[in-house]
Amino acid sequence: MTVAPAQPLASSPLAPSAAVREGWLILRVAGVSTAGRVRTLRLVSLTGDTLPSFTPGSHIVVEAGGRTNAYSLTGDFLEPIAYEISVLRIPDGNGGSRWIHDDLDVGQELSVSPPRSAFPPVASAQHHVLVAGGIGITPILSHIRAARLYRRSFEVIYAHRHDAEVPRLRELRALCGPDRLELAQGRAQVTARLRKRLAEQPLGSVLLICGPGPMMEATETIATELGWPSQRIHTERFSTEALDPGSPFTVKLARSGRQLLVPSGVSLLEALEAAEVPVPNLCRRGVCGECRVAVKAGRPEHRDLFLSDEERTANDSLMCCVSRAHDAVLELEL
Amino acid sequence: MNRVAASDRLSRFPFPYPQDHYRYSTNVEPARRPVITEVGEWGRWTIDVDDEYEAELREREEILVADPSRCVVLAHMRAACWDSLLECLGEAARANPATMSLTREGNSYVWSNARLGEERRFVIGDEDTLGAEPLAYTGSQVQEDIVLLDQREGQLWADAGLVTFAADWSLRFDVGMTFLELHGPVPRVHVEGVIPRAHRFLLRLEAHHPYRRTNWTMSVDRRLDQSTETYPEWGPDRLGVLENPELLPDRLQLRVEVQHLIRLPGSGAIMFLIRTSMVPLRELATVPAWRTRMAAVLRELPQDMVDYKGLTHFRDPAAAWLESAQAAAIATGA
Repeated sequence: MTVAPAQPLASSPLAPSAAVREGWLILRVAGVSTAGRVRTLRLVSLTGDTLPSFTPGSHIVVEAGGRTNAYSLTGDFLEPIAYEISVLRIPDGNGGSRWIHDDLDVGQELSVSPPRSAFPPVASAQHHVLVAGGIGITPILSHIRAARLYRRSFEVIYAHRHDAEVPRLRELRALCGPDRLELAQGRAQVTARLRKRLAEQPLGSVLLICGPGPMMEATETIATELGWPSQRIHTERFSTEALDPGSPFTVKLARSGRQLLVPSGVSLLEALEAAEVPVPNLCRRGVCGECRVAVKAGRPEHRDLFLSDEERTANDSLMCCVSRAHDAVLELEL
Repeated sequence: MNRVAASDRLSRFPFPYPQDHYRYSTNVEPARRPVITEVGEWGRWTIDVDDEYEAELREREEILVADPSRCVVLAHMRAACWDSLLECLGEAARANPATMSLTREGNSYVWSNARLGEERRFVIGDEDTLGAEPLAYTGSQVQEDIVLLDQREGQLWADAGLVTFAADWSLRFDVGMTFLELHGPVPRVHVEGVIPRAHRFLLRLEAHHPYRRTNWTMSVDRRLDQSTETYPEWGPDRLGVLENPELLPDRLQLRVEVQHLIRLPGSGAIMFLIRTSMVPLRELATVPAWRTRMAAVLRELPQDMVDYKGLTHFRDPAAAWLESAQAAAIATGA
């Protein structure tokens, strides 16, 4: 039995160009609107096709002016015509948001990761209490859309500053109607609202929180004091990729004496394949155990799900599809 | 029952043994890559529509009329069912553009299926427009059995499914169980870490990256419905097949499941698609590599796996027949 080379898939909505990171999309900025310190972008495919569906609460990683930042998707989540993100201008950030505010225009193309889900709804919940602070409203917007579509019970508590424009407020009001949105300003008011609403929830409610760190911690504390079990409290802290691109390292092949550089963002398996050193492999996710390679020298950085704890600490093998090196040089029995 | 030309059935058959011995493993690999076999190929799509399409869907309908519990949807799985409908119909359309299409018109979708003379316009989330429960409808359009798992509290829960072609298990019994619970009876896989590894893999499975695996058993006669509920109808044949040794190679089938593992993008649920194919030993033995490989696998298979798979009574006669077919082929120079 042989596996034929991967075919270009008719189903893949966007063919990523060679220059793009594996699996990333190139999208065109179709619309830009700025309100106060928040700029909202509408991103569409170059072909006019719909974009991949995403789970409510998902984010994309956007390459912005040489930086990569994660932004929640705020628009329709099922085969959307466009992805929507809202970007808060952070004057002393890494520069990504400044670039989006100052240098980006309609018609430009952006490289974005596929949507990643790390803040999903709880399908079995009786009721969702969605708590947002400031720009933390962004992942909540797609949760509200899903709750409306599937007629799930929800309410929103939205904490905002009194001295700044409230991001996406008009849209939020339209989506929530008069009864499911509570606005709160300032610490005392927010705390009072939370204490009241979190004390009144039916059994089986789930609390989803996204906002600034102190506000999320305060909300969690109030919920815990009121007896909410921790499994029913979900928070969104932007974590980008499950696996970061990793640091570059050199791999030495014991049998041939060859040396290869494994750059950041390229897996050891990919580097070996590029050098025409074949390694049997299947899942390419560190699960199946197929691509295990013996290590002669150097400490592997294990990132797989396959090896047991003992095998990990033995440091004499690694799964080359995901794992890397702690040391600058790793010598393999290849 | 043998409506399909032998060549077509053989040429699409997902022969499951990569080696001369078989053990359970986390044998997952990326989906939608065609596997070239000795006599054809399989695996280009996650949904496979073949010559038996109409007949198998009629059979499913009869089974559901006789036993509606083969389709179970817990209330919170509504979003996952809609998601699964979009995924399955979309893939069927991509795989069969001459006969099927799924197009978007504003808020509605139009599904048209010339194979069944079916045309339907529906709005996601609105069962009235579809005229059916979405999972039940999907099951009337694709041959695959479907199980939907909800992910919550670090576990996967089999909370919905449409399963009419089970190989010795029962959806009604399993529904509501966790992934780990429902694999409880499988021998070896817990000690060897196969199931915990598969579980970790599924928890991290990403949308738009479908995976697949195969599983196999043997069946007496070409009977798709071998669920626990109907055991009295098919169970006794496991011994009865030995009564007439001449019929053994025509009655005994290698039964293979191609299972697709898909993270549904809009709901975050995991979709298991299970597609069952069967080939009688006599037909399988026309492929030299397959008859020797299967004979070797059967001979070597440990007794606990033989018993779990229900092969206890006929493992030896089946292997012996395949070996005699090989000997006869050598003798005649075939």
